[in-house]
Amino acid sequence: MKVPVYMDNHATTPVDPRVLDAMLPFFTEKFGNAASRNHSFGWEAEKAVDDARRQIAALIHADPKEIIFTSGATESDNLALKGLVEMYREKGDHIITSVTEHRAVLDTAKRLEKQGVKVTYLPVDKDGIVNPDDINKAITEKTILISVMMANNEIGTVNPIAEIGRLAKSRGVIFHCDATQGVGKIPVDVEAMGIDLMSFSGHKIYGPKGIGALYVRRKNPRVRLAPMIDGGGHERGMRSGTLPVPLIVGFGKACEICMQVMPEESKRMIDLRERLKEGILQKLDEVYLNGHPTKRLPNNLNLSFAYVEGESVLMGLKEIAVSSGSACTSATLEPSYVIRALGVGSDLAHSSIRFGLGRFNTEEEVDYVIKRVVETIQKLREMSPLYEMAKEGIDLKTVQWARD
Amino acid sequence: MGSFPKDEKKVGTGVVGAPECGDVMKLQIKVEGGRIVDAKFKTFGCGSAIASSSLATEWMKGKTLDEAEKIKNTEIVQELSLPPVKIHCSVLAEDAIKAAIADYRKKGE
Repeated sequence: MKVPVYMDNHATTPVDPRVLDAMLPFFTEKFGNAASRNHSFGWEAEKAVDDARRQIAALIHADPKEIIFTSGATESDNLALKGLVEMYREKGDHIITSVTEHRAVLDTAKRLEKQGVKVTYLPVDKDGIVNPDDINKAITEKTILISVMMANNEIGTVNPIAEIGRLAKSRGVIFHCDATQGVGKIPVDVEAMGIDLMSFSGHKIYGPKGIGALYVRRKNPRVRLAPMIDGGGHERGMRSGTLPVPLIVGFGKACEICMQVMPEESKRMIDLRERLKEGILQKLDEVYLNGHPTKRLPNNLNLSFAYVEGESVLMGLKEIAVSSGSACTSATLEPSYVIRALGVGSDLAHSSIRFGLGRFNTEEEVDYVIKRVVETIQKLREMSPLYEMAKEGIDLKTVQWARD
Repeated sequence: MGSFPKDEKKVGTGVVGAPECGDVMKLQIKVEGGRIVDAKFKTFGCGSAIASSSLATEWMKGKTLDEAEKIKNTEIVQELSLPPVKIHCSVLAEDAIKAAIADYRKKGE
């Protein structure tokens, strides 16, 4: 087993060697511009892009023409929200989203608010799920968009997307879904789920960084977007710019592999995750699961370890790459807004650790992580005044803390 | 790292910070003949908070109460090369030093 162990696969994933093999020729001998219509270099590149578009569309049950290439899911989210608002502004000026969305959606929504758009940020329940009834109640005559993520990047909770899609359709509102963490991990069907716009990216599914897509529905309804980037009119005019053919080929191959291995891989991820969870819970008390126990991504485990602070845990786990919702790991000094939205106290929000399993993790690595997590938490609890007070029987909630 | 029995007369205890802020420091001193003969800490917080409190205990040992009271957070920042976002950790350590000394003095009254 090699250290450091990588268990942060929600942040990014390594490129699958099969993906890299598919990409390499397109950097050198097959370097053509897919928009060059008048020679074989261009035709070769265009065919590679078409093939990739088919592979990507197949994974999400879309038509290849509905795939718009972008630089990644952040750009896709920006294009979906800003492009739609610009196009449909006369119809309405209200959008609905949820408080646990990725920053790419939340910050875009905030910018739109500055431009006079009204945004409703719906709360989530204690497991992180958006309630479709809340959406239904929030819809007004002016609502032009619902944007709800498929699966949360921190806590892995999977939203009832098909239900939201049906609701959106019945109320005549366009539905955007940020599916960055869901695509390639859980089955996605834009038809069955009633999704009109969907963001996802290559590097979360063992493809390259710098490539993503926005699914844009072409019928029932035909969704129109104002482009954010003008130029040569690529991608049905919605996203100009020369297509990065090697990245697109890699993205396509990554989708093809995900489609082939998903049933087996998701089972293996669940087994590894449960092994990790049980291994830790058997040896430590006062460990709390964040997110829904079952409606969650197969590869996500998010735990709060009472009485210890997340960044100190990460420091103790130097040879393991995981991430934390602790304030100290962010620039803002605020603990994770996602964990806070679950109604978890900020002390436990500061204590959250996200484990993101991936295709290349092994049982041996999981066992090593269990051992190191248990050692680190025990050591930090020995060092924690809160743990000492709790063991003395003091209720920490009744303590009068000295604040600045 | 560790604890002294806080009821002991020669022990002063300072607890500062709050769990929801992500930092709680407990600093304890043992005083004999007006001098700090030993100091211990327990800290809930990030690496910089733990390091600041650990350094504070090291620096307090052997000092008189008046000398220890003069330890400044800026000295801790300098010694540990703390970045700007971690300066509050050193402030908390200075507060903890003062709180422990104050607790000891109060016991003596």
